Amino acid sequence: MFKLVKRLTSVVAMFAVLFTFTTETMAAKKSKTLKNTQKKGFVRCGVSQGLPGFSNADAAGNWTGVDVDVCRAVAAAVLGDASKVKFTPLSAKERFTALTSNEIDILSRNTTWTLSRDADIGLTFVGVNFYDGQGFMVRKNSGISSVNDFKAGVSACTNLGTTTELNMRDFFNSKGIKYEPVTFEKADEVVAAYDAGRCDTYTTDKSGLAAQRIKLSNPDDHMVLPETISKEPLGPVVRQGDSVWEDIVRWSLNTMIEAEEYGVTSANADMMKTSDNPAVKRLVGAEGELGAALGLDNEWSLRIIKQVGNYGESYKRNIADTGILPDRGPNELWTKGGILYVPPAR
Amino acid sequence: MNFKKILPQLLTLVVVILVFGFFSYNAQVNMENRGITFGYGFLSQESSFDVQFSLIEYDGSHSYFRAYLVGLLNTILVSVIGIVFATIIGVVVGIARLSSNYLIERTAAIYVEFFRNIPLLLQIFFWYFAALRALPLPEKAEPMFGVFFLTIKGFFVPAFVWNNLDIFIYSVIAAIIAIVFVRLYAKKKQENQGIQTPVLSISIGLLIILPLLSFFLGGVGASVEIPVIEQLSKTSFTFKGGLKLPPELISLALALSLYTATFIAECVRAGVQGVSKGQKEAAASIGLTPNQVLKLVVMPQALRIIIPPTTNQYLNLTKNSSLAAAIAYPDLVLVFAGTALMQTGRAIEIVSITMLTYLTLSITISIFMNWYNKKIAIKEK
Repeated sequence: MFKLVKRLTSVVAMFAVLFTFTTETMAAKKSKTLKNTQKKGFVRCGVSQGLPGFSNADAAGNWTGVDVDVCRAVAAAVLGDASKVKFTPLSAKERFTALTSNEIDILSRNTTWTLSRDADIGLTFVGVNFYDGQGFMVRKNSGISSVNDFKAGVSACTNLGTTTELNMRDFFNSKGIKYEPVTFEKADEVVAAYDAGRCDTYTTDKSGLAAQRIKLSNPDDHMVLPETISKEPLGPVVRQGDSVWEDIVRWSLNTMIEAEEYGVTSANADMMKTSDNPAVKRLVGAEGELGAALGLDNEWSLRIIKQVGNYGESYKRNIADTGILPDRGPNELWTKGGILYVPPAR
Repeated sequence: MNFKKILPQLLTLVVVILVFGFFSYNAQVNMENRGITFGYGFLSQESSFDVQFSLIEYDGSHSYFRAYLVGLLNTILVSVIGIVFATIIGVVVGIARLSSNYLIERTAAIYVEFFRNIPLLLQIFFWYFAALRALPLPEKAEPMFGVFFLTIKGFFVPAFVWNNLDIFIYSVIAAIIAIVFVRLYAKKKQENQGIQTPVLSISIGLLIILPLLSFFLGGVGASVEIPVIEQLSKTSFTFKGGLKLPPELISLALALSLYTATFIAECVRAGVQGVSKGQKEAAASIGLTPNQVLKLVVMPQALRIIIPPTTNQYLNLTKNSSLAAAIAYPDLVLVFAGTALMQTGRAIEIVSITMLTYLTLSITISIFMNWYNKKIAIKEK
């Protein structure tokens, strides 16, 4: 009997410890994520399972892409080293759960910003790093040259759990066309099935189509239809409820875009410290105390530009030079006819 | 009542409740912190996504609950097809492994060793992409018997268009009930008079005659709708009309049954070998024919060994069908725990429903197989 009481006490004690631990985490300081990241020494970043130009790993396991660069920028700002990122490849299905359940701290995985995602499931979108839209890829010899050429019975391959699935329905419904959706969990299977002829068309974001086309057995036999059937603003996502971390990610991205606007590049960033333009000086940390507001030192933005480069450099390196989408389209600065426009860093 | 006996049980119960309470409390706190709401109200919302293959009428204007039913029925469909074929193949191969013919025995053994030692997911991919590579495009498909078309876009078969389908179904049910009575009668007759009735031929006769009568007297009619090829664009075709079995269903059912059949074959072999030789010899010595020996002496005893492990295989097959998500077969996991979860973000709710559903499916199979096992078990008098 005595033994039992003793055992019981230890069980109760264990629970007490667990409960205190929970309450402690609940009342954690302002930015738990920032604190944890600095303690761990790396940024935990969720990326795709392989989308050239956005997030793609080479044979040696080095990740590149514009989505990858967002996480690298945060690592440069917070930890001082853009290489201190741990990448977790996630399927479309897993991505939000991974973020809300604390497995990653930034989700930078060509994810469309929508109201329900932003408001409903404990996520916050911090900005847009690529303006995209959904399109269709077809075989050139099919004679289909526009989305108006689709006929009832058409089968469309796509990724499951994406906005693509919903847009596709809206689109075919508005045209009154009965279609067959074939949805796979992984992009590689979508490509393989379309390539084999299972589907008449492959639909996803146009950047994705351009990137995946390279993987087809004869890329030249396929083309992307001119129409865009939806708005797909893609951007990084963080957990709801940590506004400091949210600001850090948002302004890391904004810094890259603003740096391009002011002509600050990884090559000339150090020299820009002596620039005459106060906006440029603020950007490289030579004026103002912007870092302090984010809980960082004043060189955070300089490190981003020096180690990762500005948005234009990142785009050129990952998307233009790889032949995916040489034309920047809407992803050009507002001053050059695009729609990239970020609030001023001041 | 002995207090000392009850106390440990009570304490265990308290601990279990505390553990569950702790986890649900923790989940609640965490969800609240992250601004996630909890509730099952989303089930009645419009799903707004489509599914390629469904046994009930469904499109995006239906609710998430209906999407759940679509996925559930598709899971049940592929499991039932898989179980039926796995059993047939398993029994044949299991008996083939006991054959005295060297070639047959070796072939069966190689089949078993080959298929049970390759991971199932790989086999599913193999059959799916092998099928996609090997099958012809719709316009190049050679018709089988003029009306079946096996193409990369699916297996197109003629469909029946029914009149008064309900009367036909009643007639089949009536036939089944009649067969049950005939069997009971035959059993009694044998027990009382020792005379055997040809139950099998009477049963088959009933199953044919009663539904046939429904056609002539009940006004049941059926016409056949044959799939017709249709052009979608300059180079792409499909079939219209008839019934379409998607290639995803075919390759998944194929992979599941070929894989599970290897295990069932081993169960069957073990079962038959488990019946002692003396039983067969004794049966033969009282003048039973080899067929009767198998049917009346060997099989009833072998089944007792075969059923419990085979139940496990049925359960495995049902659960393994969730690998469907890899090849776009819209089962419960793909439709509900996949698309619906993604579109609503209700991970905890949807995963809990899905787990509960698989649990229910498995328990149903278990209960049925346990009942069957009890039925054939030795009745000690």
